[in-house]
Amino acid sequence: MFYRETGQFHTTYAADMAVFPIRQDRIGLAIILGVAAVAVPLLGSSFFVSSVMIPFLVYALAAIGLNILTGYTGLISLGTGAFMGVGAFACFKLTTAFPNVNIIVWILASGLFSAAIGMLFGLPSLRVKGFYLAVTTLAAQFFLQWCFIRIPWLYNDSSSGSIEVGRRTLFGVPITGAQASPQTRYLVLLGIVVLMTWVASNIVHGRIGRSWMAVRDMDIAAELMGIKLLRTKLTAFAVSSFYAGVAGACMMFLWYGGGEPNDIFNINQSFNILFMVILGGLGSLIGSFFGAAFISSLPTLFKFGLPAIGINIAGATAEHLTFMVVGALIVIFLIVEPHGLARLWQIAKEKLRLWPFPH
Amino acid sequence: MKLKFILACTIGASALAAAAIPARAQDSVTLVTNAYRTGGFSGSGIPLGNGMRDYIALVNAKGGVNGVKINFEECETGYDTKKSVECYEQAKAKGNILYLPWSTGATLAAIPRLHIDKTPLLSMGYGLSAAADGNTFPWVFSPPLTYWDGASVALNYIAGKEGGMDKLKGKKIGLIYLDAPYGKEPIPFLTNMSKKFGFELQLYPVPAAEMQNQGALWLNIRRDKPDYLYSQGFGAMSPTAVKEAIKNNFPMDHFLGVWWSGGDNDAQAGGAEAKGYKSVTWHQVGSNFPLIQEIIKEVVDKGQSLTEKGKVGEAQYNRTVYQGVLITEAMRNAQKITGKKVINGEDMRRGLETLEITDARWKELGLEGFAAPMKVTCADHGGHNKAFVIEWDGTKWVKASDFIAPSIDEVLPLIDAAAKDYAKTDGWPKRSEACDAK
Amino acid sequence: MDFLIQVIWEGLVAGVLYALIALGFVLIFKASGVFNFAQGIMVVFAALTLVGSYDKMAAVGFKGFPAALVAVAIALGVMFVLAWLVERLVLRHLVNQPDIILFMATFGLTYFLIGFGEAVFGGDPKIMITQQLGLPTGSTEFRLPGLGPNGKDGLVLIQHIDVAATVIASLMIAGLAVFFQYTRIGRALRAVADSHKAALSVGITLNQIWVVVWFTAGIVALVTGIMWGARSDVSFGLSNIALKALPVLIVGGFTSVPGAIVGGLVIGIGEKLGELYLAPLLLGSTMGRGVESWVAFIIALGFVMARPQGLFGDKIIERI
Repeated sequence: MFYRETGQFHTTYAADMAVFPIRQDRIGLAIILGVAAVAVPLLGSSFFVSSVMIPFLVYALAAIGLNILTGYTGLISLGTGAFMGVGAFACFKLTTAFPNVNIIVWILASGLFSAAIGMLFGLPSLRVKGFYLAVTTLAAQFFLQWCFIRIPWLYNDSSSGSIEVGRRTLFGVPITGAQASPQTRYLVLLGIVVLMTWVASNIVHGRIGRSWMAVRDMDIAAELMGIKLLRTKLTAFAVSSFYAGVAGACMMFLWYGGGEPNDIFNINQSFNILFMVILGGLGSLIGSFFGAAFISSLPTLFKFGLPAIGINIAGATAEHLTFMVVGALIVIFLIVEPHGLARLWQIAKEKLRLWPFPH
Repeated sequence: MKLKFILACTIGASALAAAAIPARAQDSVTLVTNAYRTGGFSGSGIPLGNGMRDYIALVNAKGGVNGVKINFEECETGYDTKKSVECYEQAKAKGNILYLPWSTGATLAAIPRLHIDKTPLLSMGYGLSAAADGNTFPWVFSPPLTYWDGASVALNYIAGKEGGMDKLKGKKIGLIYLDAPYGKEPIPFLTNMSKKFGFELQLYPVPAAEMQNQGALWLNIRRDKPDYLYSQGFGAMSPTAVKEAIKNNFPMDHFLGVWWSGGDNDAQAGGAEAKGYKSVTWHQVGSNFPLIQEIIKEVVDKGQSLTEKGKVGEAQYNRTVYQGVLITEAMRNAQKITGKKVINGEDMRRGLETLEITDARWKELGLEGFAAPMKVTCADHGGHNKAFVIEWDGTKWVKASDFIAPSIDEVLPLIDAAAKDYAKTDGWPKRSEACDAK
Repeated sequence: MDFLIQVIWEGLVAGVLYALIALGFVLIFKASGVFNFAQGIMVVFAALTLVGSYDKMAAVGFKGFPAALVAVAIALGVMFVLAWLVERLVLRHLVNQPDIILFMATFGLTYFLIGFGEAVFGGDPKIMITQQLGLPTGSTEFRLPGLGPNGKDGLVLIQHIDVAATVIASLMIAGLAVFFQYTRIGRALRAVADSHKAALSVGITLNQIWVVVWFTAGIVALVTGIMWGARSDVSFGLSNIALKALPVLIVGGFTSVPGAIVGGLVIGIGEKLGELYLAPLLLGSTMGRGVESWVAFIIALGFVMARPQGLFGDKIIERI
């Protein structure tokens, strides 16, 4: 009834090709952005903002990065965690070397470093794919993680081997370090994520994105059509690692606010992000958000939400239950809809269009 | 689109926000500890969790601290830093008076926030060694001693066996450690000492993913034949190292671990063959103390504990009993200083800073001879207190040395340098908290 | 020289143990095309069931070898039920889905098993019942005349449990080979591996085959759990080792049982040699060594570039 495009006519090609051709979608997006930018920081408790929303956005960004590689280009990577780590270290080195440049510039610039490393480890993709490629990226994961511990230059020779995030300001308001409130950190992060999602959406809908998808669907055909495989695959690696790097920098600077990178950017991180992508929906930007919400936020909400509504179980038991329920949910979702939550959402929209008169 | 999710989240959030304001019972304080009864490190996490839980249960059963009960809660982390950070935020919302991170990663992530959130942090014998400097880190407490003190005690013990520090010259001392910032802690100290006393330091890192697969590393050890081996390990790494040492015929009585390598689970893996394996620690093992007996009587026998009776008094169980004593003593101090009954985080910080437990006080507490007298001062939050060495006799840990003091002169410069280094971080505040007289 | 022999022997043993993990992957990958992420946790789960049920029996006074045998039987039974449930509840509903979806489903299974295993057995590490199972302990020293440093006698230390592990692994692999080659189910299994559709059309029940394969992988997991558990302890961290199977599979080939063995040996020995001789070259002896975490993957990387199908894998004719 409400979600129907009757009466909306597209009079130009540009309007017809818009990312959101239906007015309700545009309104919906505006409302979501409004809620995210105004309601969440105003109404959410600081626990909710810092432990649910910030991780959600960071993971969504990383998942978009991996989705570009895995979902759009069809190349599996298990090195996302390490590429995020590269971003975090790059940002740390840059901001300690040039403290006067705004931290947001460095957060975005740190992506360039992980993009370079990502391209280097992406080279084997020209020869192999599938699980074989997964193993070569796994080599990147373990090798880089080892470097994170063994090269003291990376963490400025600090004896704790950790990154310490200092105070950096934007218009005089601290946005990193301990003085920054979760709400400010959240808003900065939201800005970065919205910007990068918009860029990603433009890339995947444009020439580059189409060439990625062509390679994913059939590389030989793509090559015959004049798409250069080398360049396409390496751009995918570069863009994907760029996103991972920025996500890593955000994770360290806007979420954790300092800590032990080797401990944070480990192999489990890589797996988690891959699972977000698969469960959310391969080749879907919105799916990356769904996936991040499912894998990152669901366990948190389970753990802290259940006691809040009066179901009180002992800590360890709750943890066991969370594991079992999340595991079972993953399997159930895959059985119900193997193409991920994004596809489920699409089906729901189709149904909504016809509702309440499906015939 | 995401609307539903966000709606759900907002509802969840308001629920959380509502839950964050607990119905405050009369005269009680909230204490939330991180715990890991799940995950790869649960072998250490379970006895550690049990000791603390039972001790607090006993305190509450006896009417609390000067009549103030402790609302005690565990927050499960699975030794995962992400979850630990969540637990920190959650505990803060509940009005936690003292943060107990129980992992180095969680400690490091929390340290920068403490002075904003006005919550002190107690990392007992772990965490950031530099944080022992109270002038730079007024909110962090790491009594009774740091890893550098631990390594120093181990070295002093070895020297004692060999007949003096000068006898170390020409010896080979190996350090087997978890390849992570935690494991690497003793390296700068031991390197300095090796230069000073002329022994050779050999490093054997164990990558975290290879904790249970140390074959190659032990081949190195077999080739190098170090005279002594000091282990800075944790979790599954320690029992594996003990087993490999047995397999490789390494003399067990020349194998020492830091306190985190000296759990009952760690040595039990080697059973009788691990006899002679040693560990540096600062408290006694066993249940032969009036207070521990009381825990058994009032808590364990009444079925309020999660532990089996036989495991009460294990090394790691007693360690968190020690932690519990520190906390309740600090609460008493805080109550005395402020005159309040129900204290908050700021008061707790002052209580911790004036913490002192003398031999007489240990006796009063029902723990005579349990640990050396300990003391924290405003400048020194680590304490550099005395420790001793325990030895595995094949079935249980027994005390194997007298109290040994760390070489404070060697440790202090390192702490100062590291603290100065940390304080260079932009925005790190100068200490503004006043120092209370004892 | 004696040290080199020792290194190679240790590498060989590690290789056999890696091969055991890889074998579990290969079995399932061959028969259902699923890359089973849950193999690692199955190892832990099987070992926990074994030790857990033995402890329960020991608590009521039933101890020693007979009790250990009963515990093995219980563990096998549990692994069979698990295989059956996985087929019933997961695989059956995911027939014909892309590989990556099945892979994801095994991740869900991993999560579930972690939670379930910890809820049932508790999180504290357990000691493997090595002696009760009748596995040998202790070690023997071999003197090798003239092979030691400076012409002295060389010493090589051989652990009895390692010998036992090698023997058991070899027996198991031989048994599996016979099973696949000469039994009806084995032949059906190979048919399924070749083509699901063709196998179905000649009347092979896919569901039954899957249960058999997952159960076989469960048996392999139990043996792996016993062997690795005897080297350290039985705890959830043990599932990390499963990742080491990936380079083994790359070297040996994803679809080959002998490949898993040879791959295991190559990685096992390569790793030890890398740790002992390469790391000092790279880093010197003071900086600390410990390159073991990635050497295996770099070896695999080399193989991927030079020979993507591995030593024994089916050649994929696919140009990129």
